[in-house]
Amino acid sequence: MTLLLKIAFRNLLRNVRRSTMTGSAVAAGALAMLLFGGFVSYIFAGLETNNVQRIGHLTIFRQGYFLLGSGNPAAYGIDKYQDAMNLIEHDSVVGPMIRVITPTQSLVGIAGNFSGEVDASKTFLGVGLIPSDRERMRQWDEFGAGRPYTADSRMSDRDPSRGLIGVGLARVLGLCAALDMPNCPSLPTPAGSAGQAASSVRPDIANLALRDAAAGDAGKAGPRIDLLAATAGGAPNVVSLTVGGSESQGVKELDDNYVAMPLALAQQLVYGRGEHKVTGIVLQLRRSEDLPAARARLAALFQQNHLDLDVRDFGELTPFYGQVVKMFSFIFLFIALVMGVIVLFAVVNTMTMNVMERTNEIGTIRAMGVRRNGIRAQFIVEGALIGAIGATIGAALAYLIAATLNHAGLTWIPPGNASAVPLRLDVAGRPLLMIGAWAGLALVATLAALLPSNRAARLPVVDALRHV
Amino acid sequence: MGKTDPLQAATAADNAVVRLSGVAKTYRSGAVDVAALKGISLDIPYHRFSVVIGASGSGKTTLLNIIGGIDSPTGGTVEVCGQNIGELADDAVSDFRARNIGFIFQTFSLVPVLSAYENVEYPLLLVGMAPAERRARTLEMLEAVGLAGQARQRPNELSGGQRQRVAIARALVKGPQVVLADEPTANLDSATGASIIELMRRVQAKSRTTFIFATHDPQLMSHADETFAIRDGALIDHRSGGSQ
Repeated sequence: MTLLLKIAFRNLLRNVRRSTMTGSAVAAGALAMLLFGGFVSYIFAGLETNNVQRIGHLTIFRQGYFLLGSGNPAAYGIDKYQDAMNLIEHDSVVGPMIRVITPTQSLVGIAGNFSGEVDASKTFLGVGLIPSDRERMRQWDEFGAGRPYTADSRMSDRDPSRGLIGVGLARVLGLCAALDMPNCPSLPTPAGSAGQAASSVRPDIANLALRDAAAGDAGKAGPRIDLLAATAGGAPNVVSLTVGGSESQGVKELDDNYVAMPLALAQQLVYGRGEHKVTGIVLQLRRSEDLPAARARLAALFQQNHLDLDVRDFGELTPFYGQVVKMFSFIFLFIALVMGVIVLFAVVNTMTMNVMERTNEIGTIRAMGVRRNGIRAQFIVEGALIGAIGATIGAALAYLIAATLNHAGLTWIPPGNASAVPLRLDVAGRPLLMIGAWAGLALVATLAALLPSNRAARLPVVDALRHV
Repeated sequence: MGKTDPLQAATAADNAVVRLSGVAKTYRSGAVDVAALKGISLDIPYHRFSVVIGASGSGKTTLLNIIGGIDSPTGGTVEVCGQNIGELADDAVSDFRARNIGFIFQTFSLVPVLSAYENVEYPLLLVGMAPAERRARTLEMLEAVGLAGQARQRPNELSGGQRQRVAIARALVKGPQVVLADEPTANLDSATGASIIELMRRVQAKSRTTFIFATHDPQLMSHADETFAIRDGALIDHRSGGSQ
């Protein structure tokens, strides 16, 4: 083997220009794959971080909610949810994996701003949550791919009537000025009498809202909106929400409908004086790699305890994440294939020329007693060596370029994000990507040498010796 | 040097290192069959300095290639060191060559990326010799051909004569039964050729290896113990003489 390597290495040096060109093709392939792979890895990590911060790794629902619950969330409430949370939290397997476990209530309804100056209403998709848990979830950043954490005090456990709404909903409800939102147009004055706005809400509901608002703490800062929803029993119910601010969800449809409120307020709206339930129990894990194990354990736990519960991961709850992962994975595969084909042809060409130039040498060493497989091995080792050297140079360059870009302070807005995040290429943190690209290209170069090496091995000795 | 009938000579020798019986070789050239060897039978005894002579295209090189197992006859049998090499599979023939046969080529045919030392060492690696013994044998061989001082030099840094010395050392280093040399002095000037012949004669006398040459170099012919003359692929003369 030492002799094979020695001869292979010296032959590469002997044709240094040709070897350099071929090695450069391999290095360029490795560079492209690693830089794009690093970029894709960072996108995946960023998307995962975004999702896990928002909806956790796993969400537990009542059976059937995932497929049918959006039509009537209240009908799929988990009763005695605290017992279920205790069971999960104290389980010896899944308990230690959990970073945050928190209940949520989804609801739909109509949000209205019936203040004196504006009379506007809009359907909403709401979520009731525990503000302190939400803050803790926002701090999860296992991969270092999230936005820098800044505390958000606009919602608090101490203020059960204060929430946030999507920027689109704030715009539609005429809260631009009240929330001091930039680039936000005022509502147009409706045709007819400005003082007699055409309310879209029945007068009895509006009166109910006004009465509820009067009963609430009217002295709080921020505009107030009224939220109307059907209770689990089917009766209309209204609560008043102090809008602590608006936030972008990254998707216009969600921006136009989103309302986040304290869990207790959502439960009051959906369940009234009845038993307060939740539609989901959100689990944020310490490490994403625990997700399959945690999910399997939860399924077993529910079965053992005869709980009518179902568990879903963030990928299932946000199909956009899966679509982005699939799209970028396909692009990465396409680039890898193109690079593989380029390397294949470059190495085949180089090795074919090497075989032609060294035909007499092949005849000589065959006459000395080297077997056909010895000839094959010689050229395969040369292909592997050129692949390994090229891929190593490409990997080193990718590492340096990624490190330089990561320190350059560039930013970009990834899909699903509303604000810019640092642009990073996660090359160094992805050893599997590095090893995979390196080994893949070295393997392609090795395989590319098979055909020329086989041709060399099959040369009749006397013909090879006669070759000039 | 007495003149003998080639057919009788072929069957008379009991101690033949090479025994050819009715060896024929026909090449296909387009639609025409060209007979390079026409049923040659001969015995070449051990430890002799044997020469195959003949004009260009007479079949000398083909004969040597067949004896060396790097070409196969289209008829007849070839025994080398008692082994019918026609019975061996390709890998076995390679192994047989690695152990028993050394080659010296007209164009030296050294591996260009290896030094003189490494070229000479190469055959010993093929037979799996231990490193210490390998090193000792290689240095001894380089010393014997007068190239101990050029051990680290690559072929392109050596003269033609030096390259052929390296080729001789490479052919002999493993102690083969037979060394086949095809026109070993053809690419050398007469003085260098003479020194190379002298070297081979000296080494052969010491190692008792059987040398078989294909040549039309009169200098080389004059050193022959056995001379086989072929014309148009047929053995036409065998002269035996000199010491065994």
